[in-house]
Amino acid sequence: MNLQSEFLGIKSPNPFWLASAPPTDKEYNVRRAFEAGWGGVVWKTLGLDPNIVNVNGPRYGAVWGPDRRLLGMNNIELITDRPLQTNLDEIKIVKKDYPDRAVIVSLMVPCEEDCWKSILPKVEETEADGLELNFGCPHGMSERGMGSAVGQVPEYIEMVTRWVKSNTRMPVIVKLTPNITDIRYPARAAFKGGADAVSLINTVASIVSVNLDTFSPEPSIDGKGTHGGYCGPAVKPIALNLVSQIARDPETQNKDISGIGGVTTWKDAAEFLTLGAGNVQVCTAAMTYGFGIISELTSGLSNWMKKKEINSVSEIVGKAISNVTDWQYLNLNHVTKAQIDQDLCIKCGRCYAVCEDTSHQAISKTINGERGFEVIDEECVACNMCINVCPVENCITMRNLEPGEIDKRTGQTVSDVYANWTTHPNNPSSIKAAE
Amino acid sequence: MSNTKLSPGIVSSRLSKEDYLNNFSDAYPGFTNYEAKVEADRCYFCYDAPCISACPTEINIPLFIRQISTEMEDEAAKTIFDQNILGGMCARVCPTETLCEEACVREAAEGKPVKIGRLQRYATDSIMEKNIHPYTRNESNGKKIAVIGSGPAGLACSHRLAMLGYNVEIYESKNKPGGLNEYGIATYKSVDDFASKEIEWLLKIGGIQINYNKTLGKDFSIDELRKSYDAIFIGCGLQDTNKISIDSSADPLVEDAVDFIADLRQVKDFSSLPIGRNVVVIGGGMTAIDAAVQSQLLGAEKVTIIYRRNLDNMSASKKEQNNATSKGVKIITNAVPTSIYKQNGIHKLNLSYTEVDKYTGKLKELEQTFSIEADQIFCAIGQKFNNLLDVFKSHKGKIMIDENCKTSVENVWAGGDCVDKGEDLTVSAVAQGRNAAQAIHKSIF
Repeated sequence: MNLQSEFLGIKSPNPFWLASAPPTDKEYNVRRAFEAGWGGVVWKTLGLDPNIVNVNGPRYGAVWGPDRRLLGMNNIELITDRPLQTNLDEIKIVKKDYPDRAVIVSLMVPCEEDCWKSILPKVEETEADGLELNFGCPHGMSERGMGSAVGQVPEYIEMVTRWVKSNTRMPVIVKLTPNITDIRYPARAAFKGGADAVSLINTVASIVSVNLDTFSPEPSIDGKGTHGGYCGPAVKPIALNLVSQIARDPETQNKDISGIGGVTTWKDAAEFLTLGAGNVQVCTAAMTYGFGIISELTSGLSNWMKKKEINSVSEIVGKAISNVTDWQYLNLNHVTKAQIDQDLCIKCGRCYAVCEDTSHQAISKTINGERGFEVIDEECVACNMCINVCPVENCITMRNLEPGEIDKRTGQTVSDVYANWTTHPNNPSSIKAAE
Repeated sequence: MSNTKLSPGIVSSRLSKEDYLNNFSDAYPGFTNYEAKVEADRCYFCYDAPCISACPTEINIPLFIRQISTEMEDEAAKTIFDQNILGGMCARVCPTETLCEEACVREAAEGKPVKIGRLQRYATDSIMEKNIHPYTRNESNGKKIAVIGSGPAGLACSHRLAMLGYNVEIYESKNKPGGLNEYGIATYKSVDDFASKEIEWLLKIGGIQINYNKTLGKDFSIDELRKSYDAIFIGCGLQDTNKISIDSSADPLVEDAVDFIADLRQVKDFSSLPIGRNVVVIGGGMTAIDAAVQSQLLGAEKVTIIYRRNLDNMSASKKEQNNATSKGVKIITNAVPTSIYKQNGIHKLNLSYTEVDKYTGKLKELEQTFSIEADQIFCAIGQKFNNLLDVFKSHKGKIMIDENCKTSVENVWAGGDCVDKGEDLTVSAVAQGRNAAQAIHKSIF
């Protein structure tokens, strides 16, 4: 299966780029990533000299499962801490050696046009394929008026993007922060400023843990901590939602989006693509398992495409968007009931506990006097919590009631007519039929 | 190493020092912190969890496992001890595969139950290593209770009573406390003198005095005790064993498996214990398994368990059967010994095959026979009670108790192996001892 990807005219052999982050900080890593098969990289964010410095203690915090699986990670690392010219020289060499891979340069300089004017020609000189403006980083640099300090003010996004676009021939991707109330505003601003694409999400502002002996947030630097940027599998749901909002917004629909946020497996990547991302960027998964995961990502995506008879990555992009809607348009005449497969049930009773204590008292705990769990159709509102807590896959499933069946909870016959909140009699502003 | 596995007869020093050390080291060592956390995460925290009802002491298992997973080992241990003050020993010796772990829903789901026993050991070891005793004794209430026997039942009863403010005096026939915990458990299940350390820890509650070398019927009587104590608890276990009669010429070769196991627990140097080259163990319970496995570990060349019925009838669990066979023990079922003879200086045991008669349901010997070499024969066909039966109402040859562990005699309670409701399990003895203590308390106040 050909996974050839084209994003803003930039070609890469697959839609998996390494995001701007430690894995793309230098030639050594990027070469190894390309040898492993990654489609492209967004080079770790460059800034103006003198190069910034990092803390000399731990820069990463983590949220683990009990088996030490890394579920979420945060960092207080800043942009590259190497001299600008060192990075530029390496970018040039790497791009020359890997002409078929995408090499994007991430930038973050102060909010002054001259700063941007001075750095852009130097980046063009590397013959990299494009730029990503880092308006997302929520820690450290934001205190200095950069990163998410820009990304949280749509007017600044538009202004800086415009400066950049008017001073370079290179395609420009604007990287957005999720630390904002409504993602559509910064996205619109980016495109208004002339951005060719947006990428999101950058990390979520976070404190991952507090040491209960020292009372220091972690990672702890000499007994103090600061908020960092949260990433990894835990943030994927946030990212999927924000990507879809931009893809659905009439003002930005059909614009290019590079999806970022917790992509760990090929499935995650496919989901981002279906919600409108043209490609995906990966960081935490590579930082957890190394570059080798690219083989799983590419083979997984192509196997799935084969099964679905999808011939190119671009066919996937936005495939689920028409199914993302507002709550008010969900069909209220669609009735389902949980049902428990007694052959698969191991009788742990978790469904009972959650339904009885926190939901709708719709599961009974005995069957013919013996321990056993069954759904009470008269009470089940189909909330799904029993399925969420059931440890056995497919043991509890939702059954769609057929039109004509009686919903035992409401006593009403299930209708095959679509009807939503906008027309519901309980809605004070529902559209009433003419008298 | 003066002898080898092949040295004839019953001799000591069959193995090297290292082999003895390895063979009798901890069979199931405790979990590390990480192992415990990963295993604890497997618990589903079931509603009305089946493991709890499968535990004779009804430990709140999902709660203590959750406490382990949130790094509260001491609280986890307390959850265990609240129900079972000998939770440390039970974690080592309970046949969990037929109790809590058999009931674990993950057994049904994937055949791999949460390792509840090992998690319990992790929690209890953790608090006991820190030498924390998490209970304090109520102010003395001035009442005196006599407890006969310092085995699991007697200890559990004593601890609970002491906690409630009673002054407890234990009468122990041996010169060391612990009963079967001290004498009746396979050595590799309770290493490093755990049984006596556990008792030392348990006695920290205070208010418990142990009188050693006091045998019921010899040094004191129930009637005497009744005069000087407010209540009596009997947890004296079973003193006698069932004997097998093969023929009189076999008698010198036959030993009680119970004595063999007790000797192993008390010996300091395993190389000093003589063991036969060809060992035969007769019986189908845990005692038979423990005797057979330990014979093998002492360097016997061939160890054979002879059981008169089939594998499914053995009271030793499948796990224990597998443990025995993995150590090299051969289990022959549906056979009974009939006679013994000597050939070229070697004793041979004649056996008949058996089957259950289709019509009567009784076991009968078949005509087919075979013989095996036998230098040493351990008899493990059960223990019996032959004490006090004139004083108490009895059932199945044991003291009859009601659901509150009360005997037919006023102010006398009983529990453990000596009662009709005894289950030959440490954990059941603990449950009865504890329940009797509560019942005594209720009857006095």
